[in-house]
Amino acid sequence: MTELQRLRDAFRTALDLPADATVDDLRYQDNEKWDSLAHMSLVATIEDEFSVMIDTDDVIGMSSFDEAVRILGKYGVDVK
Amino acid sequence: MSVFTLPQAEKEAVLLAQLSELTEHHRANCEPYDRILAASGFTKAESIADLPWLPVRLFKTLDLKSIPDDEVFKVLTSSGTTGDVSKIYLDKAAAAEQQKRLAATVQTAIGPKRLPMILVDTKAMLKDRRSFSARGAGVLGMSTFGRDHVWALDMDGHVDVEALRGFLAKHGDQPFLIFGFTFLVWLHLYEVALEHKLDLSNGILIHSGGWKKLIDQAVSPEEFRARLAGVGLTRVHNYYGMVEQIGTIFLEGPDGGALYCPDFADVIIRDPETWAELPPGKPGLIEVISTLPTSYPGHVLLTEDLGVVHGIDDGAWPGKRFSVLGRLPRAEARGCSDTYRSAA
Repeated sequence: MTELQRLRDAFRTALDLPADATVDDLRYQDNEKWDSLAHMSLVATIEDEFSVMIDTDDVIGMSSFDEAVRILGKYGVDVK
Repeated sequence: MSVFTLPQAEKEAVLLAQLSELTEHHRANCEPYDRILAASGFTKAESIADLPWLPVRLFKTLDLKSIPDDEVFKVLTSSGTTGDVSKIYLDKAAAAEQQKRLAATVQTAIGPKRLPMILVDTKAMLKDRRSFSARGAGVLGMSTFGRDHVWALDMDGHVDVEALRGFLAKHGDQPFLIFGFTFLVWLHLYEVALEHKLDLSNGILIHSGGWKKLIDQAVSPEEFRARLAGVGLTRVHNYYGMVEQIGTIFLEGPDGGALYCPDFADVIIRDPETWAELPPGKPGLIEVISTLPTSYPGHVLLTEDLGVVHGIDDGAWPGKRFSVLGRLPRAEARGCSDTYRSAA
């Protein structure tokens, strides 16, 4: 599975979305499933999936799917 | 990186300029606020103590915001002791900024890395995810600074000693974070750690929520610190903050025993009868000042809490060192908001 597919699945799992849901355009708190509680579970899911530890500023900065891609790049995960 | 860097004189110069601008901004964008200031005769502040304050209680009776309805992103509420609810309106920019500043403040104490974390509360707090209590929202906000969270209390509110033991076996040999409300930490962490000989010596405790319940049990802030040190917990930071100035917290420094003001905030102690600014050592009402409230006129607020400044530029961090002493008796507090209600 590609990194992109793994990240999409992490979003679907953490935000409790259907397996075929489109997640690439998701933004924090624009989707009702992505609230502050789900955000913590999303961060934990991404950390487990990619074996990274995300700093506080990046947890706060992860405001969209695109931002998650950019932030993972900082931790050496090339999502494409 | 610290947000506790500015000596008092330097801070006051920076804050006076920013807050004067903010006062004009709110006058131009919040009509009831402009009316209150017009009635009070305010024109210009020569010092931060001259800035016009609102009683914090006013947010329970008036809808005060400086943004159009269609830019409201979040409405925060807090229930007071009287059952009245403060309503605080944030737009996207204000919501993002308060979270960033809170993070910068907490990171001064714990560093940029998220630490394994004990939440001294129960997950039942978050059961209804559409309406958290203020306590639930506080716990969730702080959980951002941790990872591998464990709840110290089970769903019924009983201490989960096995969960704590498991957490300490895994994380206890490196720095970890503990967050909880002061009385819960005392009742459910300190006493349990003592009884079960849990080693908390690598813990950094952040706690808040007032001393009233502990003082009822005759536990002073000094004794709280001393007793926690007895179970190895020496890095302890109390903080003071309120929903009406969300994102701004006054944090206990590494020297313990007093709260410090971050660079974007300050406190002024006022005589509850004359409103005059009181010098260090004299207890009075706490006025809280912050540059964060841009979407509502909450940048200068007179609280109903009593406090005292211990010293200025003489502690571990620069600026004022102060303590919160408790609440002003209610009758007097009511008088002070009536002054403003008639002006409005």
